[in-house]
Amino acid sequence: MSAAFALLMRELRLALRSGGGAGLGLAFFLIVIMLIPFGIGPAPALLAKIAPGTLWIAALLACLLSLDRLFQADFEDGTLDILTLSPLPLEALVAIKALAHWLTTGLPLVIAAPVLGLTLNLPDQAYWWLVISLAVGTPALSFLGAIGAALTVGIRRGGLLLSLLVLPLYIPTLIFGARCVSAAAENTAVLPAFQLLSGVTLFTLALAPIAAAAAIRMHMR
Amino acid sequence: MTLTVSDLTCTRSTRTIFSGMSFAVHAGEAVLLRGPNGAGKSTLLRVLAGMIPAEGRIDLNGQALADGRDAVQEQITYAGHLDAIKPQLTVGENLAFWARLFDGDTLVGAKEKFALADIWDRPAHACSAGQKRRLGLARLLVTKRPLWLLDEPTVSLDTATVTQFAKIVTEHCAQGGMALIATHIDLGLDSAREIHMPADQTGTPPSNDPFLSGDWA
Repeated sequence: MSAAFALLMRELRLALRSGGGAGLGLAFFLIVIMLIPFGIGPAPALLAKIAPGTLWIAALLACLLSLDRLFQADFEDGTLDILTLSPLPLEALVAIKALAHWLTTGLPLVIAAPVLGLTLNLPDQAYWWLVISLAVGTPALSFLGAIGAALTVGIRRGGLLLSLLVLPLYIPTLIFGARCVSAAAENTAVLPAFQLLSGVTLFTLALAPIAAAAAIRMHMR
Repeated sequence: MTLTVSDLTCTRSTRTIFSGMSFAVHAGEAVLLRGPNGAGKSTLLRVLAGMIPAEGRIDLNGQALADGRDAVQEQITYAGHLDAIKPQLTVGENLAFWARLFDGDTLVGAKEKFALADIWDRPAHACSAGQKRRLGLARLLVTKRPLWLLDEPTVSLDTATVTQFAKIVTEHCAQGGMALIATHIDLGLDSAREIHMPADQTGTPPSNDPFLSGDWA
């Protein structure tokens, strides 16, 4: 357990130090959402209508932004070789790294989202569901991203390939996540979409570490 | 504790890197791996660490690598061309992480033996190549594994540190450890046995891909 904790602490420390890229996703999220009202124009009714989808799309792209370094940095400096020899199973290693990615990228988005909802005139009753749906949905983005990052490890400038691999997998999370918020805004039943969103996340949390670890093992040979 | 390798052959994308390697390393022994560039020394070490598959049999303590990769890998520590150092972390943070990850909270004298005390709080990106290499090799001690697989460990080390490193390897072996070291220099390990790997004679076989040979035009 102390080995897992040591790895998590190291990942967080690396992300928060200069060049770690923890602020990258959050900054991207802020910029995109702040630009939307300028592009669309000051039409409160229209902004309120597109707010749920826009917030979710921006959060999804922000998550994607720092994913390509998830295993690539460790691969390039030889750390990944040593990690495979460590007492931690590769699956646990992948899960911890994806968790650290969520803590440094997904969690700040969840916290910043209500403030940005304000700039898009999100209806009052949707704020709680915006936070809840992002909190439940973004871990799936980090863990699905780990699969893509594991598949593209060792490929220089693999970011584009990573996006192409991962974006289709993000679509269910996007649909159900955005649907949660818009259903809340329209005062219709939120639970069906929320349950599906939770299901996608649980499925991903269970499957992604195994898939990503298999991809890394393939790469080692 | 014995590492036994029998009839090991490694082929990567039609090229035979090495073939028919058989040797044994016993507890308390340091073995030097010699051979010209491209002979397959690095590949052999990575095969032994379970990072590259190969045909043949590798046994550590009677446990075959093919049957129990995790059990075998947990006896091994590997130091390759890359030092596995994070430039953003300090020297101390880098080493303490490896110590905690490999279940050894103590640094077992690694700080003193590799003379890291003076640069302990320095960020690793500010260290020289030799200092980084010392930090990379200090990991060998904190992982507390019996079998050391070392790929040219003395690159960019000064002569005093090379002597010190030879002493550390000797101490490790005296405590029942084993080391397999690919190197071109004289480490000063008098008792060390040598394994010679022949030069790459096969070359790259001609490709039968019409696109590569130009026949398609």
